[in-house]
Order: sequence, then C-alpha cells, then structure tokens
Amino acid sequence: MTNALLAVEGGGDGFTAPGPGIFELPPIFEIGAFGFTKSMAIILLSVVVIFVAFYATARAAEMVPGKLQFAGESAYGFVRNGIGLETIGKAGLPFVPFLATLFFFISFNNLAGIIPMLQLPATGRIAYPLVLALLVWFVYLYVGMKRAGVFGYFREMMFPPGIPWPVYILLAPIELLSNVIVRPVTLCLRLTLNMFAGHLVLVLFILGGEYLLLDYGGIVGVLSGSVTLVGSIIFTFFKAFIMLLQAYVFTLLAALFIGGAMVDEH
Amino acid sequence: MEGNLNMVGYGLATLGPGLAIGLIFAAYINSVARQPEARNVLQSIAILGFALAEALAIIGIGLAFVL
Repeated sequence: MTNALLAVEGGGDGFTAPGPGIFELPPIFEIGAFGFTKSMAIILLSVVVIFVAFYATARAAEMVPGKLQFAGESAYGFVRNGIGLETIGKAGLPFVPFLATLFFFISFNNLAGIIPMLQLPATGRIAYPLVLALLVWFVYLYVGMKRAGVFGYFREMMFPPGIPWPVYILLAPIELLSNVIVRPVTLCLRLTLNMFAGHLVLVLFILGGEYLLLDYGGIVGVLSGSVTLVGSIIFTFFKAFIMLLQAYVFTLLAALFIGGAMVDEH
Repeated sequence: MEGNLNMVGYGLATLGPGLAIGLIFAAYINSVARQPEARNVLQSIAILGFALAEALAIIGIGLAFVL
C-alpha cells in the first residue's frame, strides 16, 4: 500500500505502482481523535452544490420556464419519468424525491474523481455507498412489510402461490438470501468497487505515463509515455460515462426493488 | 516471475462477465437491427443488464487488490 507520491520520487529505482493507499489521505484537520478527511469535505461540498443548484432553478418558478428552470426541470424529470414512472408507475411518485436525491448525490460524488481540484471519488470509500444501500434496503423492507405485515411479507416472498410444494425447499432459502442479503450487498459493492477500480486505473495511467516520459528516458520512454498520457485523457472520458452510468444503475435498481416490494407477488 | 495469486484469480474471473456482456449486447444489437423503433425501450434494459454483469467483474478486481 504505497503512497502515490513515493512512486514519483522513486525515480530511477523503478516504478512503484499505486495501490489502494491512494484512497487513504491524511486528515485536513483533527478534533481529538476525529480526523476530517478530504472525502468528508467532498461529501459536504456535494450537498451544498446540489442544494444551491436546485434551489436556484426552482426559485421564482414561472409557467413558461426560462433556461435555468428548464435545465433543472429536465434533470429532475429524467429521474421522475425515466426511472420513477417507468419502473414503479404512478404509485411510485412519493419515492421520486428519494430517488432523485440518490441519483444526484451519487453522480456528483462519483464525478468528483475527475473534477480538477477534488480528484477523489468520495463514493470509492465503502462507508458512503454502504449507508446508501442500507437506506434503500430499509425503505423497500418497510414498504413490503407495511403492505403485507412482517410475516406476510416473508411468506409472500419465500412461498409464492401456484408452485408445487417440493420446489419451495429450493426456492425459499434462495429468495430469502437474495432479497435480504445479496441485494443490498451487491448494490453497495457494485458502486464502490467501480469507483475504486476506475480511480486506481486512472492514477496508474497518469503516474505510469509520467514515469515513462520523464524517468525512464530514451526514445522508448518518450513514445510510450506520451501514448500513455493520451490514453489517460481518453480514459478520463470513459470514467465520466461509467460514473454517470453507475449512479443511474444504482437509482434504477433502488426503484426496481421498491416497486417489487409494492406489488403483490403473483 | 513474480506475481500475485490474486491477479490470476481475477484473470479467471473475467471469463464469465466478458461472455455475459457480449451476449447481452449481441441480443440488443440483433433486436435493434430487426426493429429500429424498439431502440429506446430496449436501451435501458441493455444498460441494466450490462451493469449487473459488470458487477461481478468489478467485485473481482476490487477484492483482488484488497484481499
């Protein structure tokens, strides 16, 4: 777990590849034993930015929207229509603010990995997606249990009617495991590992290109270094697409789980 | 030759998701080729399937580094 900077200063001793240690940054300031790290600062910044952006678009709303209001409404409408209405239907409209919050929070914190001064995807630390996945889990368990009662929810999930009874021996544990354990775990891990692995590869491209270009020397170093650095730019754009896609998939799956808990299993 | 068994494990783990993503997008391309109007409806399903299949590959590379 080497600090990324050491790889650059290592110079002629060879190239030390960046490891997971690039996510462990020293705290900005400490209060007792609690260190305020860069990822916490990015999370707070994301909250402020999203609030200010949506407040600015919704203030003084008019019937015929101006450009700012239109942009805000399109962004919110994307989550409301594309994710909320498509997957849950009209009964899902109360959940649209929750889904919109998830979508914009996750995409801003993902994109912080390529924004120049921030350059750390805060969702790469497992704590934040873990809390988001737990939130979604509690919401869909609550929705399912409110509709059918605690035991009714589990009975419907594990023993759906209209199936010959020997199949239940196989079906019930799989359904239970899938709904209660696998869904939130994969929701969390998919997001955090996408950001972790993507950031790691991006840092590898850039540091490796820099090492090849400056420290390796010779025509081989210069050529391969410049190709690697150009590749890092292309990879940055690919990362931007993946970051938005992962936010969209997280929100879509949250909507699917909530919608699945709201209808009767038939 | 130095290395890490983690990375060998990850290399093996990319077989499944690679095949899965190829199949998903082959089905998507075939369907859009037969019926171009279905493109918008199928696009979100294709992207959802891609993300679900990619999840296993991503879990593989993540755990290869961490464990």
